[in-house]
Amino acid sequence: MPRSIKAKPAAPAAAANPAGHREHASFPPLVIAEIQRAAREGIYDIRGLGAKRRLPSFDDLIFLGASISRYPLEGYRERCATNVTIGARYAKKPIELKIPITIAGMSFGSLSANAKEALGRAASEMGTSTTTGDGGMTKEERRASKILVYQVLPSRYGHDPDHMRSCEAIEVVVGQGAKPGGGGMLLGLKVTERVAGMRTLPVGIDQRSACRHPDWTGPDDLEIKIAELREVTDWEKPIYVKVGATRVKYDVALAVKAGADAVVVDGMQGGTGATQDVFIEHVGIPTLPAVRQAVEALQELDMHRKVQLIVSGGIRTGADVAKALALGADAVSIGTAALMALNCNAPIFLEDYARLGTAPGYCHHCQTGRCPVGVTTQDRELEARLDPELAARRVRNYLSTMVLEAQTLARACGKSHLHNLEPEDLTALTVEAAAMAKVPLAGTDWVPGRGGA
Amino acid sequence: MIEVDVEALGVRALNERLHRLPPDTNERLWKITNPKGAHALAAGLDRPLTIEIEGHVGYYCGGMNKQAEITIRGHAGPGLAENIMSGVIRVTGNASQSAAASGRGGLVVIDGDASSRCGISMKGVDIVVGGCVGHMSAFMAQAGHLVVCGNAGAHLGDSIYEAVIYVGGDVESLGSDCIEKPMTDVHRSKLEQLLASAGLRARAERFRRFGSARQLYNFKVDHAAQY
Amino acid sequence: MCGIVGLFLKKTALEPFLGKHLSAMLDALSDRGPDSAGFAIYRNPAPRGSVKLTLFHPEPDFGWDHLAREMSEEIGSEVRGEARGSHFVLTAAMPVETARHWLSRHRPGVRIMGVGDCIELYKEKGNPRDVVRRFGLDKLAGSHALGHTRMATESAVTTQHSHPFSTGLDLCLVHNGSLSNHNRMRQWLSRHGIEFQTDNDTEVAAGYFTHLLGEGATLEQALKSGISDLDGFYTFAIGTKDGFAVVRDPIACKPAVLAETDDWVAMASEYRAIAHLPGADQSRIWEPSPATVYSWKKH
Repeated sequence: MPRSIKAKPAAPAAAANPAGHREHASFPPLVIAEIQRAAREGIYDIRGLGAKRRLPSFDDLIFLGASISRYPLEGYRERCATNVTIGARYAKKPIELKIPITIAGMSFGSLSANAKEALGRAASEMGTSTTTGDGGMTKEERRASKILVYQVLPSRYGHDPDHMRSCEAIEVVVGQGAKPGGGGMLLGLKVTERVAGMRTLPVGIDQRSACRHPDWTGPDDLEIKIAELREVTDWEKPIYVKVGATRVKYDVALAVKAGADAVVVDGMQGGTGATQDVFIEHVGIPTLPAVRQAVEALQELDMHRKVQLIVSGGIRTGADVAKALALGADAVSIGTAALMALNCNAPIFLEDYARLGTAPGYCHHCQTGRCPVGVTTQDRELEARLDPELAARRVRNYLSTMVLEAQTLARACGKSHLHNLEPEDLTALTVEAAAMAKVPLAGTDWVPGRGGA
Repeated sequence: MIEVDVEALGVRALNERLHRLPPDTNERLWKITNPKGAHALAAGLDRPLTIEIEGHVGYYCGGMNKQAEITIRGHAGPGLAENIMSGVIRVTGNASQSAAASGRGGLVVIDGDASSRCGISMKGVDIVVGGCVGHMSAFMAQAGHLVVCGNAGAHLGDSIYEAVIYVGGDVESLGSDCIEKPMTDVHRSKLEQLLASAGLRARAERFRRFGSARQLYNFKVDHAAQY
Repeated sequence: MCGIVGLFLKKTALEPFLGKHLSAMLDALSDRGPDSAGFAIYRNPAPRGSVKLTLFHPEPDFGWDHLAREMSEEIGSEVRGEARGSHFVLTAAMPVETARHWLSRHRPGVRIMGVGDCIELYKEKGNPRDVVRRFGLDKLAGSHALGHTRMATESAVTTQHSHPFSTGLDLCLVHNGSLSNHNRMRQWLSRHGIEFQTDNDTEVAAGYFTHLLGEGATLEQALKSGISDLDGFYTFAIGTKDGFAVVRDPIACKPAVLAETDDWVAMASEYRAIAHLPGADQSRIWEPSPATVYSWKKH
């Protein structure tokens, strides 16, 4: 039986202190509210989305742009190409993407069928890929998405060789940025008949998931598993390995040695449909240092651009795309941002946000299944609020905008292809970002740890 | 009967040949020799073939199998018949860990012993083991049946969902949320059917039944220690 | 992560072929361990009063013969040696400590890879097939041997980081898996006098066993203690003067296969490495149980 969703009392506003009481930095109102919630409920807080706290990010890097020594390209007339090929290392049929932005794996179950369809349609129009999720492939997504990446996860929910063979690529998920080392989670209200049927679970239960794959552990055995996946699909499809960003240098090197065609690295800002808040906020490193470490690992193996790097975790704008590529990524993947283009946290259906104890701009209650805008819900009525065609158009527009933004920045740096962006086009605004991205602090030659003034 | 020396031909060439057979093929009987521990042998099949493998196989033999009947006359490495969808896979010797992992249908028969994690994450496959199974067998087992004629190792059925386990011998220990349940005529009948389909002789009366206590189906504070 | 192999011959008639079989075993596991390889082989026991040391120096054409002569002259005892690839097996008619002391004073750049009566320990960066060829393994005879092919997980790919690690006289360790509490363990062991050359987790396990054996534990006791003290995933194979031992952690996710005939006992991460041994098809094949010590000794 699905549980009723109690409205959570809204946490006291962090900044509201008009009377000027003395604040406690270690125990601010939000922390006190969480302690008292734990005292009431006796269990960790579970929520959706990714790390909400402020982190060093792409916002702390800026592009240098054109100058007397470096000349810009004219917009529109002078090409700035955006295409990328994924998986030429071993696959008979590598994937050609028109834009270097893909849609990350998000499960049907976590997302509504309408949401998956909208994402598929938008991706198809833009010439890019979507990814299945922890629950398997739906026929809607296969129909809607021209390029579909099939995830192989620890749970193996809905895993089907025919579905896998019908997709264009395979992604072996070792972990994700929101919870590196954690398995999938879907609470009872979202385990509907259809979802339960796909996952072979009883309707309405809280889904528990394994955190390790059932039939391999470690990169040496991953290599044998990847070989099996190639055998089952006759070596046609590129195989990606996805990791949450933790020991990125080791992981990327090991993924390469295990035989991956592409590596996906998901920073701690990466979202989830549901997991413990403590996992989201306290495990994994930000996307910014993760990109740089991943690229270094590939360069040390002389595999940069031979094994593609796809980076995710808090990619929001064309500036983020351009910066990730400048640091050496081949492409980026978006999850949370794609949902927001669908309408996540849009200022509509305000009463429904209030019923969840939140408001547009602050909602992270994907795990409840009561998504006011029909994105992360299995409820028919709520799902109907998301029209797949209109939503697809929104996502397509958003993807288009990001590409145009990235091209604008790249042209300003004199690049005829987004891939020609380099770290030397960037400079950092903070010491942390300089150290993490190994890019000098603006106006200096200084990269912390490397000397110079 | 088509005989193939896979050591000479290579796993890739053999698998490709088997995958390319038309759905109505009359090349249905195959004998594969000299497997010598090779991995992913006969993986990803989707034809009504009958395949005999003479010797020991490595990892993932018969992985993601559909329709085919595969008999391994020897031992099998980890991940035998992983994610099997339908068909029958039989090992006359022993199977290493994670046998029939996440299997969704079909039948897997192990005449000898299976190692740890037999039936891990199973989603509908039926597994019949003539000997014993190792620790963490039927971990997170969601659906299907696991029959163990011998003994079961520690933490049997840890975090089990709706799969049903029958054990003829001793159980070292039960995992979280796995409990013994009464054997009724319905269960005995099902068990006899499974043993018969596996071609194994055993008396259904000495078997015990195990399954989920269903206490972990919804998060409850009081069960936090089980996680 | 890696591949490990072990071969113990029950019949002396097979000893001339030990190296050939071990070579083939390492070759079979080079996919799962492409970065470096190593092996310890037990052969040619040193005469009474002598000790064998396997030495390594990175410089090609290192003056090994000069070293042997100098040592012999200064100490006044017989010293002979045999070069093999970048390594040199020194047999010196003197106590172990005398040899160690001389080497650390006169050739501090030389690394001691293994010490004992019978053990010879070779390891190096590079693809296992090349490494094995450089040391001429397939021509070596002996009674038993352990080998390792390495895919580096969390530490660098260097000769020092390769396995086997030598833990004491005629003792060595190879490891498949990844420990999770080795950093604190390394600090604790260092305070108890164990010296470490690398940040490698396997070296910590080797140091742990050396420490316990030094405190008087038997091999079985040391391995049993290891099961509770060492956290992480591992299959260990330990070589001793008379045989070898195998142990897996309690969760036992990393693979291990054992096979036995009247002529030999073999251990490997994958059956493929055992498949070509003579009589493999008819051998008794089984998987070691978790948290259980298995050992074999010459009689």
